[in-house]
Amino acid sequence: MTDTTLNPAAVAPAKVVRRDIGLKRRYAAERRFKIYGITAIAIGLFFLVALLYSVISNGYTAFWQTEVSLSVKLDEKVIDPTNKRATDPTVLLTANYPILVRNALAEKLGVSLDDKPAIRELSKLVSDGSRSQLRELVAGNPALIGTTQTLWVLTGGDIDSAFKGQIDLSVDQANRKVSDRQVAWMNTLAKEGAMAQRFNSGLFTFGASSRPETSGLGVALIGSLYMMLIVLCLSLPIGVAASIYLEEYAKKSRLTDIIEVNINNLAAVPSIVFGLLGLAVFINFFGLPRSASLVGGLVLTLMTLPTIIIATRAALRAVPPSIRSAALGIGASKTQMVFHHVLPLAAPGILTGTIIGLAHALGETAPLLLIGMVAFVANYPVTPLDPSTALPVQIYMWANEAERAFVERTSGAIIVLLLFLAVMNIGAIILRRRFERRW
Amino acid sequence: MSSMLVIVIVVAIGIVGFFLGRQRAVSKDDRSVKAHSLPHYHGWWVFLVSVLPAIIFIMVWAIGSGFYIERQAVNSLPVHNSESVIASQSLELGMVSGIARGLDKLTDQERANLPTTFSELRPLLSSKGVALATEGQDFMIPVAVQWNKSTARAHNIGAVVAIVLALAGAVFGLSGVNVRTRARNNVERIILWGLLAASTIAILTTVGIVLSMLFQTITFFQSVTPSSFFFGTVWDPRFSAAGGNGAQGQFGLIPLLAGTLYIALVAMLFAVPVGLFAAIYMAEYASRSVRSVVKPLLEVLAGIPTIVYGFFALVTVGPFLRDLSAAISGGYPFIMAQSVLTAGIVMGVMLIPFVSSLSDDIITAVPRSLRDGSLGLGSTKSETVRRVVLPAALPGIVGALLLTASRAIGETMIVVLAAGVAANLNINPFDAMTTITVKIVNQLTGDLEFNSPQTLVAFALGLTLFFITLAMNIFALYIVRKYREQYE
Repeated sequence: MTDTTLNPAAVAPAKVVRRDIGLKRRYAAERRFKIYGITAIAIGLFFLVALLYSVISNGYTAFWQTEVSLSVKLDEKVIDPTNKRATDPTVLLTANYPILVRNALAEKLGVSLDDKPAIRELSKLVSDGSRSQLRELVAGNPALIGTTQTLWVLTGGDIDSAFKGQIDLSVDQANRKVSDRQVAWMNTLAKEGAMAQRFNSGLFTFGASSRPETSGLGVALIGSLYMMLIVLCLSLPIGVAASIYLEEYAKKSRLTDIIEVNINNLAAVPSIVFGLLGLAVFINFFGLPRSASLVGGLVLTLMTLPTIIIATRAALRAVPPSIRSAALGIGASKTQMVFHHVLPLAAPGILTGTIIGLAHALGETAPLLLIGMVAFVANYPVTPLDPSTALPVQIYMWANEAERAFVERTSGAIIVLLLFLAVMNIGAIILRRRFERRW
Repeated sequence: MSSMLVIVIVVAIGIVGFFLGRQRAVSKDDRSVKAHSLPHYHGWWVFLVSVLPAIIFIMVWAIGSGFYIERQAVNSLPVHNSESVIASQSLELGMVSGIARGLDKLTDQERANLPTTFSELRPLLSSKGVALATEGQDFMIPVAVQWNKSTARAHNIGAVVAIVLALAGAVFGLSGVNVRTRARNNVERIILWGLLAASTIAILTTVGIVLSMLFQTITFFQSVTPSSFFFGTVWDPRFSAAGGNGAQGQFGLIPLLAGTLYIALVAMLFAVPVGLFAAIYMAEYASRSVRSVVKPLLEVLAGIPTIVYGFFALVTVGPFLRDLSAAISGGYPFIMAQSVLTAGIVMGVMLIPFVSSLSDDIITAVPRSLRDGSLGLGSTKSETVRRVVLPAALPGIVGALLLTASRAIGETMIVVLAAGVAANLNINPFDAMTTITVKIVNQLTGDLEFNSPQTLVAFALGLTLFFITLAMNIFALYIVRKYREQYE
């Protein structure tokens, strides 16, 4: 030590060597490392934003649908030319309603009914869904026949896309689905205010259809609702019962070990395998109908059970032992202790886990494809045994359609699905924040 | 009497029993001796003894009588000497049960003068909304009539026995109500059995998965040899027309397995660095406020259903990559819209939150003292992470990555929409390949015949998938358990 102070010249080089521990390089490495981390997070967030942006920008227009306002004359000569409706109710169901709409449109745009090519193009302006719209109107109130009604009628899918600006009109008209004449009519109607975008309630009420403008999520929503109810009614009691047994009663034994390993394993089994199970057991062996939401609900129940059991066990474990000892101490039996004291205290945690499990089940698609929920179902299912579809399966089916209007519908359906999931997850978070107890 | 009504009656008897039992317990309690159980336990006991045996009987009876009636019908069908006896017999049985279902919908009058030939019966049934295949034969009609008769008889017997059982149970329970009866212990024992039964459902599910797939797979291997399935390099199942014994088709697993592993590899190559670095940054560098915003946001990615990712790949990522490659090469898109790369990247995005949140937990579990020791010796933060924290967390991270990989292998919806259906065997990531899960979906959507290899192969594929993921999960658990560092 003294040497160095006395003879600085001799030590100086050694000092430089000692000082050079590569700090510059190491700090640079440190900065790079930090940048890697930030980049990684940025990539993750970028994809989240890109995904949501892609879905929302494609899909928000699906909540509005182009409709045209027409004064439709419910001509008796067209609806019931032979005047048999009093005796034969099928007359009102099979009448040629599209002609009425077409005539009304021709009158409005001043197209002669004799100009066959023009009329053919004109009739493509309105959706074929106008048939059922008028049918319901007339069959519900036959007194309307002979009067003139002002209605909003759905436009065809291509016209809808064109009106929303999704079809490139600068392309030569032979290469696009909307002709120049149709665009001209569209503009005329829009200028008069007779063609406008209105809230698309059909998206939530219609069933399956080959035409985008009349296809909706009605059947899928009901199917998903049935399935969620079945999953809730089965997996919550079974999951809670299993967790109570494993957490409160079971002694460490071979059987409980096997059960635990099984539950952890089932949580990691690919969901499509549950679909195979449902197909082989519920449909092939027990003979339950295909495409039924009952089978879907059962399959999703088996899939959700591990999630609920794991969450419930965590919630039960969080209840402090002192509660149990106190209950037993004042003379409660073990079952009374569990059901009167532990379970109510664990309920918020159990509910949170259940909601998250349900949200997971709601978005699950693969097993439902295998049990035949990829079906063209136009009518509302009345019971869980009737054929139906589910929200994510409907998205899958629409995603396979080529038309531009279906891309829009698919994205719209995804927005609906994501909204449901968001509400469920936010509900779970609120529940946890509000009722969570720290012991 | 429908079985629903029987169940309602049984439960109603049970509810009445509950109130009577409670009432009786109250009236028997003369306060001279302390009653063993509270009155409502007596009520519950009466309820359980009357309802449980009856319900169990109803279930057993329904399954048993169904089998019995089916056997009876099989025996009364004429014997055939064709080669595939099982297939034709099950077809005939299906026809018979179809006719029987149709006959149920007829009015009594129509049933009284039933047509004796199938060609007359078919329009009659189709007018009731029961569509039948054309190949039905006349001898099936009496069998179907007999079927309906025995079903109705079995049903009535079952209903009567169930209700008698419920009443007998209620009487038995009520007669036992006494101050000294240990009703609470009895009820609690049944509750315990119920809890045990609920927890065995997990085992039953696993057994069900393995057995159901195993049986179908064994049937599949009767028409296709295991070696040509496991080592075949050509996938060409050739959907033959229903009932036609046309070309067999080839069911080689290798191209599907290669596609599955390739796509999973691309996904992991994308997700592991991103997820791991994100986890390290959040655990070691990020301030509390940044962490509380970024972590939930990344976890949103895990909550998005996979069908949404699939659609994202189909509509946005695939076309983007195709256009990008076209722009790079000047016109020719060398990346297909449906390709290994598209599926892999989008699946990777889905896996980011799994990798990051699992690794985050493991990294934060490494004790503070290790970090402090390393920092105290003068190493920088990144050196601490690389040389101290990561080695300590490695077993956990490897386990997490294995779990993530097994998820990538079992993922379905993304690959169904983004990877394509062509079973190619190539190494170009810009081409379409297909996976095991895609083929399971392809083989099982549409019309099913449970005796054709085209359908059964899906179960063989499913079983393979199940065992691959099972092995990975068990291996992950093993690694975590074996190499876990125990700190205090």
